[in-house]
Amino acid sequence: MNIGKSVVIKGELNGSEDLTIEGQVEGKIELRQNVLTIGANGKIKAQVFAKSVIILGEVIGNVSASDKVDIRDNGSVDGDIAAPRVAIAEGAHFRGSIDMQKSGKSTEPGQKPEQKAEQKTDGKVPAPAPQSGTPTPAGPGR
Amino acid sequence: MLSDLLRWGGKRSRQGDAAANAQAPRGEEPSVASKAFPKLLSIVASQPEPVLIDLGPVIGSNVEFFGERLGCKLFIEDLFADYDRHARANTLDELPGALETRFRHPDASVDGVLCWDFFDFLPRPAAQSLARQIIRMLRPGGAVMGFFTTTATPRAPFIKYEIVDDSLLRHRHHAGTGGAKHVLANRDIIKMFDGLVVSDSFLLKHNTREMLLRRKS
Repeated sequence: MNIGKSVVIKGELNGSEDLTIEGQVEGKIELRQNVLTIGANGKIKAQVFAKSVIILGEVIGNVSASDKVDIRDNGSVDGDIAAPRVAIAEGAHFRGSIDMQKSGKSTEPGQKPEQKAEQKTDGKVPAPAPQSGTPTPAGPGR
Repeated sequence: MLSDLLRWGGKRSRQGDAAANAQAPRGEEPSVASKAFPKLLSIVASQPEPVLIDLGPVIGSNVEFFGERLGCKLFIEDLFADYDRHARANTLDELPGALETRFRHPDASVDGVLCWDFFDFLPRPAAQSLARQIIRMLRPGGAVMGFFTTTATPRAPFIKYEIVDDSLLRHRHHAGTGGAKHVLANRDIIKMFDGLVVSDSFLLKHNTREMLLRRKS
């Protein structure tokens, strides 16, 4: 199902099927068994709960997923994330904390510090050529 | 024609100098073995619900690594961005005060802190402020990892430390302003982190000491 660009929803959004949002939602979104996709035009100001969340647009609010949160290139999240798996693409924006703890108490993010960092992110790069280190005794002086 | 050739030669020489001073292109970003990082991982992994603070920028692959390897709660507190902001606004003297109030984490609530080489860029008062906050936040048994230069540099770029695996870090280009790098002697580090003990210290080939400090259990 799709929520189009011109649609604005204020309130609570519940469902039991996968959903793509290209419009604006303010309030709360719950798709606990399904995949929620915030499209490139989507603007969300809400607490989000879903099985998986794919973000290509903007989210302001905490995002909780029982499976995975995936912030794609140009996607933006300003809030805390709780999910066992989190992917943040090169060029995505993220500001907040990430709870990937395996104890199931990570369903309600955002109970912790407010202070947040902000910047663009990076993707993966492969790597070779290690450089060895020499252990030195710890102690005063150089 | 000849003058064109001479001019071309001159240009080439200047380009050579510029190339020598330029930062390495992305393909040449080196991967460097870390001795302290695997130890920090092992300490944090031994906690039932680990909490980690990363003082560097958000790097997607690092987030995935910590999720898969530690299943932790990760707080990204990008102090390099803070430094950058202060440097651009010419307010670096306000940094010590800003660092005192930057962290809202409760006392003794964190198992690991990744400082990378951020302390190198801090003047002494700011370094002391940050160290105080780290000590406050660290749980008994928790660990702090920092890289400390052995050579002062008037201007050095920031580095993004991308985790390749448990013991390998890729040093990536950071777009920030960078700044002067200061040398902290071992005794200064120990004094600054009063209350923590140096559990490991490794001298690397590229003028860097990796240090792991722990709060006693």
